[in-house]
Amino acid sequence: MFAALADATRLRLLRRLSSEGSLSITRLSEGEDVTRQAITRHLYALGDAGLVRHKRKGREQIWDLDMKRLEKARQYLDHVAAQWDAAAARLKAFVEDGEA
Amino acid sequence: MTAMATEAQKSTDRIEKHFEVRAPRSKVWRAISDSQQFGAWFGVRVEGPFVEGTTVKGFITHKDYEHFKLDFQIGKMEAERYFSYRWHPYPSDPNYDYSKDPRTLVEFTLEDVPGGTAVTIVESGFDKIPLARRIDAFRNNEGGWNGQVKNLTKYVA
Repeated sequence: MFAALADATRLRLLRRLSSEGSLSITRLSEGEDVTRQAITRHLYALGDAGLVRHKRKGREQIWDLDMKRLEKARQYLDHVAAQWDAAAARLKAFVEDGEA
Repeated sequence: MTAMATEAQKSTDRIEKHFEVRAPRSKVWRAISDSQQFGAWFGVRVEGPFVEGTTVKGFITHKDYEHFKLDFQIGKMEAERYFSYRWHPYPSDPNYDYSKDPRTLVEFTLEDVPGGTAVTIVESGFDKIPLARRIDAFRNNEGGWNGQVKNLTKYVA
């Protein structure tokens, strides 16, 4: 799971889902050197990491990005940035008013 | 969708803060490089001095964050100019072993400016932090991020 994003194939799958929207495993396997089974394994690994999800459409499995969770990951950075803003304000107050 | 992916690629890896303080560089240097002074403004109890190449533990002193265990892996200390360390950002889950996870790099750079010191803080390497970790950080905050930020603002004010 920790390596979910490290693999080049997985990154490529995420990029395709990001730019093309929902895709079937057949479509996602096109142009890849590895087998359809391998692509399926990668997709499930991404699914375990909460990045993608799938639904069934007829006999096909359709995959798409789990935007809600991706959005949360982006907000995480905003949150950490807000903490640095607060820390910077405290540092400023400390050196300007503090004794040190 | 494409726009989001592009934005994610260019802006998710680092946070940069640049600001000026009305204090001499030597004083700002002490505030960031002396672990006790650092702890005072950052809000962390640091167990030991910051020394190049060592790892020092710390505990957040604010009550909502007391379960955050920090460890500072001290990088470079160039007197009155540059200080860096690596840590695990936002270690919100006390039951998770962060030790195998990649760390982010935090860098402080000081420069003279008329009337004081310019401080640049950069934290980078977020792209290597497992997405699952970042998402977990939310799960443990029932009030959500906004509530947490409000808390912090109140604490600072």
